[in-house]
Amino acid sequence: MKADFMKKLKSNKTLRSNLITFGMVILAYVIMEILMAAGLLSNLLKGMLVPLCVYAILAVSLNLTVGILGELSLGHAGFMCVGAFSSAFFSKCMQEAIPIAGVRFILAILIGALCAGVFGILIGIPVLRLKGDYLAIVTLAFGEIIKNLVNILYIGIDENGFHFSTKSSLDLNLSENGKIIIQGAQGITGTPNDSNFTVGILLLLITLIIVLNLIHSRDGRAIMAIRDNTIAAESVGINITKYKLMAFSISAALAGVAGVLYAHNLSTLTALPKNFGYNMSIMILVFVVLGGIGNIRGSVIAAVVLTLLPELLRGLNDYRMLIYAIVLIVMMLFNWAPVCIGWREKIKYKMKSRKTVKNSGKEA
Amino acid sequence: MSFIKYLISGISLGSVYALIALGYTMVYGIAKMLNFAHGDVIMIGAFTTYTICSTMGLPPAVGVLAAVVLCTLLGMGIEKVAYKPLRKASSPLAVLITAIGVSYLLQNVALLIFGANTKAFASVVSFPAVEFADGAISITGETIVTILSCIVIMICLMVFIKKTKAGQAMLAVSEDKGAAQLMGINVNGTIALTFAIGSALAAIAGVLLCSAYPSLNPYTGSMPGIKAFVAAVFGGIGSIPGAFIGGVLLGIIEIFAKAYISSQVADAIVFAVLIIVLLIKPTGILGKNIQEKV
Amino acid sequence: MALLEVRNLGISFGGLRAVDDFSVNIEKGCLYGLIGPNGAGKTTVFNLLTGVYKPSEGIISLDGKDITGKKTIEINKAGIARTFQNIRLFKELTVAENVKVGLHNHLKYNTLEGILRLPGYRTVEKQMQEQAMELLKVFDLDDEADILAANLPYGKQRKLEIARALATKPKLLLLDEPAAGMNPNETQELMETIHFVRENFDMTILLIEHDMRLVSGICEELTVLNFGRMLCQGKTADVLNNPEVIKAYLGE
Repeated sequence: MKADFMKKLKSNKTLRSNLITFGMVILAYVIMEILMAAGLLSNLLKGMLVPLCVYAILAVSLNLTVGILGELSLGHAGFMCVGAFSSAFFSKCMQEAIPIAGVRFILAILIGALCAGVFGILIGIPVLRLKGDYLAIVTLAFGEIIKNLVNILYIGIDENGFHFSTKSSLDLNLSENGKIIIQGAQGITGTPNDSNFTVGILLLLITLIIVLNLIHSRDGRAIMAIRDNTIAAESVGINITKYKLMAFSISAALAGVAGVLYAHNLSTLTALPKNFGYNMSIMILVFVVLGGIGNIRGSVIAAVVLTLLPELLRGLNDYRMLIYAIVLIVMMLFNWAPVCIGWREKIKYKMKSRKTVKNSGKEA
Repeated sequence: MSFIKYLISGISLGSVYALIALGYTMVYGIAKMLNFAHGDVIMIGAFTTYTICSTMGLPPAVGVLAAVVLCTLLGMGIEKVAYKPLRKASSPLAVLITAIGVSYLLQNVALLIFGANTKAFASVVSFPAVEFADGAISITGETIVTILSCIVIMICLMVFIKKTKAGQAMLAVSEDKGAAQLMGINVNGTIALTFAIGSALAAIAGVLLCSAYPSLNPYTGSMPGIKAFVAAVFGGIGSIPGAFIGGVLLGIIEIFAKAYISSQVADAIVFAVLIIVLLIKPTGILGKNIQEKV
Repeated sequence: MALLEVRNLGISFGGLRAVDDFSVNIEKGCLYGLIGPNGAGKTTVFNLLTGVYKPSEGIISLDGKDITGKKTIEINKAGIARTFQNIRLFKELTVAENVKVGLHNHLKYNTLEGILRLPGYRTVEKQMQEQAMELLKVFDLDDEADILAANLPYGKQRKLEIARALATKPKLLLLDEPAAGMNPNETQELMETIHFVRENFDMTILLIEHDMRLVSGICEELTVLNFGRMLCQGKTADVLNNPEVIKAYLGE
């Protein structure tokens, strides 16, 4: 009887927590839509709505690797890059063949996720044997390699099919009515603009459902068991490689989805250090750690707050990134330093005891 | 002939990486943290020398000395304010992210003071170039000074750790902080000293980096910083000779890749070599292999 | 035929002979003890039996099947489960979840069913919950089912490890110093639990232990290891009275 009750309470607890997360995203969406309809949103903020979804998806997906699998990855932007370029390539090729934007975009999302996921598996197989900081540096290296290779990739199409080159668009030897699709460092121009805020929120919700349901399933438990104690997990028959790869590739595929959203929001897609380099990977990691390692809702909140912060500080011009840096350091100390955690507990305790004193006073 | 030329410029670049990697590896070996701000300390060091020599017109020796002093203080300050409170944090990622915050902070402070424009850094080395084979091959003074100082510093560090009490304390702290404390070693002091030495090395690396490649802006340190980190991992992070070997090899690979394959993919090749090395030897060339006891 | 048959098992680390010429037969349903001074190689034997180390020589067979050199996962699937000397729980998972990880290979649904919450997910999760609670009840842990394993008191952590091992439905259970760090009352209780497990789960148990009260109280047969070699083997009473064993434990 009691066990039954506890069980219900427990399942309700996760359910409640998940519902809060979804509700928060939907609420943010509704508020933004209302503000937009009322014309209260600046163009700058309007332009940031899709990127906010992109970053939130990236943060949630990286949290699957860092928080749930417990492995540090510094190459997440690489998977985003794969998703972005593969899907933009597809959309551009299929612009005439599939004129219905919705169908084409859904296919693009699937292709972006699939390509990034496959890259996740290909990279995961050799590197997931490494641990800790070594894994971090190798994933960083892979991210940089992906970005680097995309920059020398030229692909064109004419009546003879696809042409590839790593030198220049002239080397493609296209016929007269051929068309260049990927042009090296100039990237892909003219990707259909299929992304919008609504699509972004939907994809974020789907990402959240996938990650949260995965965590609270048999596979999720196996993944977290590996995180907590690999040797013990092995001793109860958990296939370490399989579950590490599963977490890593799902994480990569979801980063690919973020890349699809990102690519279809831009008229020109290029692979720069700024958007697909290690700096981007690090920024996503900052969201994850600041939002709480393993805390999925926290990742979304941290991604939104930290992306909006520099924009809100825009009035301060030159000082904004300085303030951003200081806020980041202070927040990290506040959230993680044992001393600060001690202070917070003390204050919480005092507030609580004051409340109970008040309540008992009332009752008396 | 061109092969030797490339080799020399590879070693030259590599010794700069090695110098930075030495600082990285010291801090990692003892404090067990990736100090992402190390590259930016390099940039601060270079800017200090630039200000003193080019703006104020004082002699290079003063500039270098000032850079070393300032960076040492800066390194200790960063450690005390930003890293020390997080040493016992529940996740090692906390201090990593804070280091990233410090990196942003240093870049933006430099941006505010010096602006985003790239400055031409005047070399502090007055040593003449040495020429071989009737001038077909020449080694610049900067290269010679960088290689020599790198070797001297490496030897000094190894002797310091082996022979001095403070060095032994560092070894003890790197093995086990708790046990070191019980043996009466001042753990906080030892870690602070490590950061001081690492940052002083960063200052020297910064000055030599900018003497060899004379363009200086607030982001000058970040890519060499990452490369040096790669070099340190490559050689086996925590190992001093490993940092040296890793740095030099990385420099040579990078220059060769640029010369013989393609300058666009040189970085990709460097990273690919790193991946291959780590897959074959998961703790780097000279790294220790530690297995978990069941 | 014995459930576990080990013939001439040996392994070296560098030049060190950690275990040498180790042989044992453990009959089904037996409560078998492996004792010896610190560093005698007892845990190494466990690591060899569970595939953490590959033996340099010798044969291990379980229930007539050769499992020598197999991987840890395969050995667990073949029917050996263990606990660890230094407790290895999934600390950030709840007590019930720890047991459910143990049930992983017995109650299954696929990833898609889990992510989409299809009917398969619901039925199997319900079964998992029931079986986990059943096991936890045996170890008197059902009240703590929903707290994190890290927050359990020490004695209960040891019990949870046994529950998790049993969840994998083994034929042979290896316990590495189950009573370490327990007070006499807890040890007494543990002895009763081990007996209970043997009777009710029809289990064969091999345990390493230093607590002689526990060893003489519940083990039917013993093997004594010293410096990686077998010193003595036989019925508990005989072994404990063997002068060589007493010498190894108490010195000259």
